[in-house]
Amino acid sequence: MPTVAPLDLEGHVVGVAFLKDIPFFAGAAGTIHRLDLGHKTTELHDGLLSLAYDEATDTLLTGGEDGKVMRVSADGTASHVAETPRKWISQVAAGPQRAVAYAFGKTSYVRLADGTTKEFTEERTVEGIAFAPKGLRIAVARYNGVSLHWVGIAGQPVDLEWKGAHTGVTFSPDGRFVVTSMQENALHGWKLDTKPGAEARHMRMTGYPAKVKSLSWSAKGKWLASAGAPAAIVWPFQGKDGPMGKAPLELGTRGNTMVTTVACHPAEDIVAIGYEDGMILAARLADSKEVLLRRPGKGAITAMAWNRSGRQLAFGSAAGDCGVVDLAG
Amino acid sequence: MTDTTTQKPIPVTVLTGYLGAGKTTLLNRILSENHGRKYAVIVNEFGEIGIDNDLIVESDEEIYEMNNGCVCCTVRGDLIRVVEGLMRRPGRFDAIIVETTGLADPVPVAQTFFMDDDVRAKTELDAVVALVDAKHLPLRLKDSREAEDQIAFADVVLLNKTDLVTPEELERIEATVRVINPSARIYRTQRSEIDLGKVLDQGAFNLERALENDPHFLDQDEHDDHVCGPDCDHDHHHHHHGHDHHHHDHDHDHHHHHDHAPSPIHDVTVQSISLRGGEMNPERFFPWIQKITQTDGPNILRLKGIIAFAGDAERYVVQGVHMIIEGDHQRPWKEGEKRESRLVFIGRDLDREKLERTFKACEVQA
Repeated sequence: MPTVAPLDLEGHVVGVAFLKDIPFFAGAAGTIHRLDLGHKTTELHDGLLSLAYDEATDTLLTGGEDGKVMRVSADGTASHVAETPRKWISQVAAGPQRAVAYAFGKTSYVRLADGTTKEFTEERTVEGIAFAPKGLRIAVARYNGVSLHWVGIAGQPVDLEWKGAHTGVTFSPDGRFVVTSMQENALHGWKLDTKPGAEARHMRMTGYPAKVKSLSWSAKGKWLASAGAPAAIVWPFQGKDGPMGKAPLELGTRGNTMVTTVACHPAEDIVAIGYEDGMILAARLADSKEVLLRRPGKGAITAMAWNRSGRQLAFGSAAGDCGVVDLAG
Repeated sequence: MTDTTTQKPIPVTVLTGYLGAGKTTLLNRILSENHGRKYAVIVNEFGEIGIDNDLIVESDEEIYEMNNGCVCCTVRGDLIRVVEGLMRRPGRFDAIIVETTGLADPVPVAQTFFMDDDVRAKTELDAVVALVDAKHLPLRLKDSREAEDQIAFADVVLLNKTDLVTPEELERIEATVRVINPSARIYRTQRSEIDLGKVLDQGAFNLERALENDPHFLDQDEHDDHVCGPDCDHDHHHHHHGHDHHHHDHDHDHHHHHDHAPSPIHDVTVQSISLRGGEMNPERFFPWIQKITQTDGPNILRLKGIIAFAGDAERYVVQGVHMIIEGDHQRPWKEGEKRESRLVFIGRDLDREKLERTFKACEVQA
């Protein structure tokens, strides 16, 4: 039976992560909390807006209302990555070779390990950034589509066009697909590995009753789990054409609340499903079997992350009630 | 512990007006006056606004067209993002003020608060306040449609810089503003000086409050929908000495329809149409208002109304922006209150005859 170690914080939790197996919780006010032989804190920002886990270095990247981009290590120490006073750093992303991407307004910046910074300007506001799994390449979500930029090469970006506002972006782990979340209740995808010269193929993933604010790729990228419905909507990406013409799985369906956050297990085809009322379930993709991980709490689940072994799940909510679920009990 | 699900919606005031009309001056008044309230201000550009402790957020105006095939369904994407960010730390402020650029279209700003579920869940549009530079309005109306839109869409109009014009000019300007928007409250100001209680916390989009405290709308007789400027020979009696200009005393109440010159200042393309009828049949009225807002929505900037449904003990209020319409029961009809239905459309290229005829057709048959 899973057990929950609670951590009650004040206010909205933007993100959670494990660094060297220590759970970290990032509050919107700008303080980072960690459970490392007791509750410890690091004051990081005056207002924390964005957060990304950097797997390669086992650190966290954060962006704030104070215009700062920071990197946090497992011992809680913070280092300064970049700063633009008075700008809201609404996006951060972690890339290979210690590259960091961040954005405000219409411009994305990629800061390389040697300290040089590259700039990429869009015609519209940058709403999401993701690094490709291979090669130093970023995808930038913006109005009417996605721009793909090679960081090291000056030149025209590849534009993936689709009418409407794209509010977030992710690459599939194998790099074959780019998927965005949209202002209207839908996801949009492009298949990138088309023949040279051919246009990227579109995938429309619609039918959500709410905006999709959480996406998570399953281990090996066979599935893409999403929030925005009374169930976790899990799209199949194992075929060469992704989910085109296929129905998604609907896991953990509940009648009276919505899924707000999803997090796929690092090894098994299992997804943790966080709901508006604070409940968390784990569901197995193969047979839809469910396990209750946490009973409803004070606020909607806003963030979840598994540790490397997949035995623990950290979570945070809009009301600050956080914790760590231990599957082994 | 803050429970985001039970928070009271945060009121949002939108300030519009051309460059130089006095928005920044008004904003600084709001921020510096000792009213005990804290504001978060969303601006397009950090200008000469504010004091260090104020929460001021810069945001690029970003218009989203919705992918539903409707050209008027636009929202402000930047507001969605900024409001989401602000509402994660709700203890910092009591209300939000959005200052738009001089050329901004107020419609997407307002629609954001109706069309985006997340924004709607946490905030409530309080009022759209337009600042008008009395001196330069005629010129603005000549060279831009935005100036007219801003007035047409406003709940409150501050006719500012009145010290720079003669009393006669001011009369003409106010009449023009009234032509564009007969249901707004108009205040004459200098250097944006105004009792903030007339600007903030208006509840103009709140169905319960909106029409209740809108004496101009309630007092309106059929003449107000005529586009009368001072050059029309009706005896409009403006109260020049007070600050409130929302009472027009018409000393005649015969029903007639004749076309006036649209305005003493030309170039006014917005019209308003006031409809008045008896008790309505809900089975006719609702399909009618749905159809009108679907077909004519792009031409409707605002609509407001109070409807008397046959056999219904309560007043029903409706309001709309383009194709978005909402309505609800407001309160019981008072004893002696005339049970009649009134509806005002403000927009362009509206077919008065059709609206009047089809509205009348929704009345219960005697």
